[in-house]
Amino acid sequence: MRKVILAAAAMGLLSSTAWAGDVRIMWYSDGVEGQVFHDLIDRFMKDNPDIRVTIDDVAYGTIKDQLPVQLAAGNGPDIARVTALKALSQYWLDMTPYLKDADFWVRNYGDQADWMRPDGSQAITGFMTQITLTGGFANQTLFEQAGVPLPDAKATWSDWAAAARKVADNQKVPYAIALDRSGHRLTGPALSYGGNYIGADGKPAPVDAGTKAFITDFVAWNNDGTASKDVYVSAAGTTYRAAAEDFINGQLVYYYSGSWQVPNFAAKIGNAFDWVATGNPCGPAACTGMPGGAGLVAIKATKNPEEVAKVMDYLASTPVAKEFAERTLFLPANKEVIAGGLDFKTDDPQVKAALDAFVAATTTTSPEALKLPGWKWSDTLYGALVTRVSQAVAGEISLEDAFARIDSDVAAKVAEAQ
Amino acid sequence: MSNRHEGQEARPARRSDGLLLIPVKAVMQVIDVPLRAWQRLAGLTGMASFFLLPNMAVFAIFVLVPFVINFVYSVTGGTEIFLDQRFYVGAAQYRDIFDCRSYLDPSTCVEDGFWVSTRNTALFVVVQVALMILVALVTALVLNREIAGRSFWRAVFFFPVLLSPVVVGLIWRWILQRQGLLNLVLYELFGFEPYSWLTDRNAAFAAAVGVTIWARVGFFALILLAGLQAIPKELYEAAEMDGTRRTRVFFRITLPLLMPNLLVVLVLGLIRSVQVFDEAYVLTGGGPGTSTMYLTQYIYEKGFASDLRDPGLAAAASILMGAVLVVLTLVQMAASRRNEKKGER
Repeated sequence: MRKVILAAAAMGLLSSTAWAGDVRIMWYSDGVEGQVFHDLIDRFMKDNPDIRVTIDDVAYGTIKDQLPVQLAAGNGPDIARVTALKALSQYWLDMTPYLKDADFWVRNYGDQADWMRPDGSQAITGFMTQITLTGGFANQTLFEQAGVPLPDAKATWSDWAAAARKVADNQKVPYAIALDRSGHRLTGPALSYGGNYIGADGKPAPVDAGTKAFITDFVAWNNDGTASKDVYVSAAGTTYRAAAEDFINGQLVYYYSGSWQVPNFAAKIGNAFDWVATGNPCGPAACTGMPGGAGLVAIKATKNPEEVAKVMDYLASTPVAKEFAERTLFLPANKEVIAGGLDFKTDDPQVKAALDAFVAATTTTSPEALKLPGWKWSDTLYGALVTRVSQAVAGEISLEDAFARIDSDVAAKVAEAQ
Repeated sequence: MSNRHEGQEARPARRSDGLLLIPVKAVMQVIDVPLRAWQRLAGLTGMASFFLLPNMAVFAIFVLVPFVINFVYSVTGGTEIFLDQRFYVGAAQYRDIFDCRSYLDPSTCVEDGFWVSTRNTALFVVVQVALMILVALVTALVLNREIAGRSFWRAVFFFPVLLSPVVVGLIWRWILQRQGLLNLVLYELFGFEPYSWLTDRNAAFAAAVGVTIWARVGFFALILLAGLQAIPKELYEAAEMDGTRRTRVFFRITLPLLMPNLLVVLVLGLIRSVQVFDEAYVLTGGGPGTSTMYLTQYIYEKGFASDLRDPGLAAAASILMGAVLVVLTLVQMAASRRNEKKGER
């Protein structure tokens, strides 16, 4: 009997020790980065046996839809990979007191620190696992087979729509152009058309002429069959839908998504056809994409802030960040990594060219676009945009109604938050 | 004391039975004393309440308390989840919902999403329940006949009921999507060009109705089958001897005697139909546009999923939906009582 009690006590002690060192990470993957991340964490656990890291691999939709509710309820993981960095910033942990060298973080990740902390705060809450930029991809093989030249770097959205339509008709491909079903994806083109979301008081401005002009063109392209209607009408509300599978399957001529698709295409398209990253089509005001990316943030509700900071210190360190970028083909945020140069682990010339194209496209990013990742109302506007534009594409409401509804949805949300 | 039929032999007690009874007897001995004491104190009515208590506690914890909390949410505002961080707004959420120039035109309402999803739900309920009862009735009639492999066919029709609604939605999504099985078959057999079934308003609605019928019809057919088997054979034999036509037999014997079961199917079908979510959400995501967005999805989006989430509004919408379900449940209870009284007569 004494042995049983001793064994139970030992088990209890063991389990409580394990609990004290537990760090749970909620992680989503667009491509191969999950595998790389698991490798890095396995290495960390070998070197730090007192800390047990559990990775919950989830779909992006789970991060987008379920994590905010978990956080609001005081639950959730200890660390999460998220894109809604600013909107949820009240839930992030200020790791400054727990970090080995806070200055290292400020030097290397300081440029994006405001994207993931409340306005006016100096907290260090996390780091960008990758910097992204929205932009287009063209199926070069289809263009060549159709005998249509690829539009150049100064080409407008209308040029791309017309060229892609020509290719689709010639090659009997179902879709000419497609944009992911996301308010963020609509924003780059809207800003290129002269749109501006931020009012003089820092709060959301009513939908302006530039944004209206792009949305009007976009809905028209959906109605005349130039754009893939399937993406936008395939769901209600703010549900995210990507058109990547159509592009990978050779069913789409021109796809507007972002730099995070490069490794995905490299892995899935292989030699099936030639594809190129095309930068951002122009509008009357700019040729801008939307900067952004995914960040790894520490959660305030964690019971193990020291262990969390230790994991984050490791992942943000220069050698680890460099390996992560080189193996995942993601653009890094760490300045030492950028300064030291990168040797992306791929022999695919298309991938290297695509990454170069996105780096080049960063030079045309407009000042308005650079402000949005750190603006607290971005996600509210993205949500209203995608919901109402989808209804207009589906023919349920007129464009004028859609614009009025976007304004009233955003106004209601601003009022609710005050 | 025995309920055994006459002539039925008592099964000889096995050694294992006795062993199994030991812990039961031990428990009984332990609780016997306090139970007797409680019975002396509380009387027969008190004992009934005592035995009902666990059930009532479960009901209170999982139904009553959440309902009250939900109601409290519906009279608060703000974007926070915790009640202590929310502020009292009275009936403002309900006022927003009912703020319409015309209830028949959702675009004139402040909360157009609520009215669009209410209209969609109403249409879905009418069409889906009517078709499902018809399909369930035909299925039950066929399965009640002496057909080869009857047990196998009964299992086949019941099988989808065992599947998770999410699995049902995914299976049919793979079949109906543009690059899905249906388009492949149509192309191979007839050379039809691929069609986007799930992004066509009418086809998506038909798919939502069809898939939910496919998933649930086995359950309702089983209820009707039980009713059909309870109809005395003598009635059919007498009708046959009188040379009654088969349609007349159906309308004069089968249908009237099946009415209690049909009523149960109708009310249960209505309740489940109003609650439609999983299959439709996975299948169409509420699209195209909002044409298959039903009330439960609206509540889910408003409460949890959307970038424009508003827990108070979601709670108010769910209270209103709950009211509809309560009415349907009362109808079912009234119908059941009427049937019981008929049976007693």
